[in-house]
Amino acid sequence: MNLILSRFKKIGPGYLFVMPAFIMLCFFYVYPFFKVLQLSLYEWDGISSNMIFVGLDNFRDIIFSNPPWWQSMWHAVYITLLALVFQNGLALILALMVDRGIKYGHIYRVIFFLPPVLSGIVVGLIWNWIFNGNYGLLNHWLSQMGLGNLSRSWLADPRTALTAVAVIHMWKGFGWAFIILLAGLQNIPRTLYEAARIDGANNWNTFKHVTVPLMTPVFVLVMVLTVLGTMQIYDIVVSTTGGGPGYHTEVPVSRILSRMLNSSQFGYTCAMGLVFGAVLVILSIAHMKMSRAIKHT
Amino acid sequence: MTIKKLLSLAIFAGLVFAGCANQSSKLQNGEVVVWHWIVDKADVFNALALEYKKETGVNVRFELYAPTPAYASKIIAAAQTMKFPDIYGILMEMKQFASLIKSGHVMDLTPYMEENNGAWRSTFYKSGLAMNTFQEDNQYQVKPGIYGVPIDLNNVQFIYNLELLKKAGWDRSRLPSTWDEFIALGGMLKKAGIPGLVSGWGEQWMIHCLADNFAWNIMGREKVLATIKGEVPYTDPSWKQVLGLFAQMRDSGLLSRGIVTMINKEAEQTFANERAAIAFNGSWCVNIYASMNPELRYAVAPPPRVNLERPMEIWGGATDLVVNDRSPVKEEAVNFLKWLTQYKQQCYLAKETHNIPSNSACASILEGPITQFARGMDNAVHPRFFPVEEFPLVTEAFDKGIQSIIIGEATPDEVAEKVQQIKMEEIKKAERFKALREKEAR
Repeated sequence: MNLILSRFKKIGPGYLFVMPAFIMLCFFYVYPFFKVLQLSLYEWDGISSNMIFVGLDNFRDIIFSNPPWWQSMWHAVYITLLALVFQNGLALILALMVDRGIKYGHIYRVIFFLPPVLSGIVVGLIWNWIFNGNYGLLNHWLSQMGLGNLSRSWLADPRTALTAVAVIHMWKGFGWAFIILLAGLQNIPRTLYEAARIDGANNWNTFKHVTVPLMTPVFVLVMVLTVLGTMQIYDIVVSTTGGGPGYHTEVPVSRILSRMLNSSQFGYTCAMGLVFGAVLVILSIAHMKMSRAIKHT
Repeated sequence: MTIKKLLSLAIFAGLVFAGCANQSSKLQNGEVVVWHWIVDKADVFNALALEYKKETGVNVRFELYAPTPAYASKIIAAAQTMKFPDIYGILMEMKQFASLIKSGHVMDLTPYMEENNGAWRSTFYKSGLAMNTFQEDNQYQVKPGIYGVPIDLNNVQFIYNLELLKKAGWDRSRLPSTWDEFIALGGMLKKAGIPGLVSGWGEQWMIHCLADNFAWNIMGREKVLATIKGEVPYTDPSWKQVLGLFAQMRDSGLLSRGIVTMINKEAEQTFANERAAIAFNGSWCVNIYASMNPELRYAVAPPPRVNLERPMEIWGGATDLVVNDRSPVKEEAVNFLKWLTQYKQQCYLAKETHNIPSNSACASILEGPITQFARGMDNAVHPRFFPVEEFPLVTEAFDKGIQSIIIGEATPDEVAEKVQQIKMEEIKKAERFKALREKEAR
């Protein structure tokens, strides 16, 4: 008994200190997760006390009978792929330039970080003005350059709408990647670059054999954040296309919200959220495994 | 533990419990709490609340929650936690409204409307009250009655820029009233290089609104209702004709570039800045155009008639308030709503907000374009009037289908087939849920 008491005295305070955080975690994360899981098995309008147990019907419908849902998933994947390549590529180039100490580097840092701090809705409205089919800036510039035949309503044309949304998203998001990559670059000891240069390495070899290996954990972090952030794109879609024309720019979050607010299918919406969460987890794990494999080679 | 620490702990606990306390203490003071989402009326509502306090001594507090999706979510959350105010605005589908009523969150106002030979009821525009009325044999199995009070009304019509129409060569003294005239105007605008129609068709409900107008005009309300009930398929020639009108609008050059993804705010800016000749918008636009371009000259007209043998009914709506049936001050709440919808208060609201008052006697004090909108209230209909409601997924497929027609991606026939296919799937699902519900009830 004394042993238990003395052991409790030894570790008890530790548990007590952790307890508030643990309770909050349970209250705000664990309980809602299980509640969502429970609701996903019901047909429920969110108001009525009458809930109908439908088992896995909602999941079956989402997976096998909901083409717009999977179309919206593909749209998010498409924007994510573009963001991974172009947004992060541009962020890396700019971070390398600033890291090399170009003139006014500190000003660029501020400028590049401006888009991410703007609200997605505001960014969407600004770009609406650029992409507008009737009096948009892009069409105006194209006409000035003698390329008036290329002008179109960029956000309403099914051939360009999704890519236009992706461009807006990348413009808004590259600042984050830039800051993280720059922080990573500035953590690389300068002596390694000097040693490489003494050994006769040119710029490309220095980048390939010094920068890339040391930056791999940062690349993985940036890519995982890009995948998670882009897959959950919503605000820009709402403020530019509303998911249209047709289903051409629908994304998973817009489908989930539309089901909840317009169809009042709460159970179904919870199931959609769980399926979407599962897809994100799978993508993140696959991505991390792929990154590890690349690192080992 | 020192006294200081104990005191801090007591204050912290006090704050926590104060935060968790319900609103009963406020209610005991006789205060009536109102939730609404109407940002532009906040000051006017507060002024009215002050006036009411002066007249009756009852304190009314308006709490504003915007934007509208956030408000809608708040109402649903309130239903789950049973934390409704005494009066609140309704911003939801009929099915959800019915659920609120059946769960005891909405008071039946019929006895108050009917007292003194229906004195209160008779002050309203019929269409305004109809939105809050559940008819006999409604599909939601709600007890027939009036459950809400309209505070102001609105309807959606075509708005024409008179200067641009003149520039395009439209020299007729009246606005297009038939489909052929409307299409002819499209040709004239196209020839003159003037962008035609702008509207928030990226928001779907506005595209649906016009499609409904045409459907009611072409086939009549009975056939539309029969379609919702599943007795007439969307592949019926009348529905194909409705969808075909959008293809005709596209081909005639009537539609402004990018209309399918246009949000209404953008459409309003474009029309106010005289960059488009026609807008399809609600009566709230009068206020918006006046603030954006006071010089704008425009006129209002209902959508052109396709079937000349039937009238053109338009979409009309209302800003509604309901009383919480569980409120401890529900009598005070009803009294406040009665006061708010009286002639004097309604005229004040109409004057300050440029909206159509719900009290029909105030129509005489209206001035300018809002009068043209107010005249439309006699022909205003809203799908919420109907005893049945279409499946949301079918409505979505129909509206998205129209967008596909406008961008030339699908034909009216293809859209009709697709919508009907979704309708059949939804009917099957509804039957399955009905069977499960019956099984659980047993």
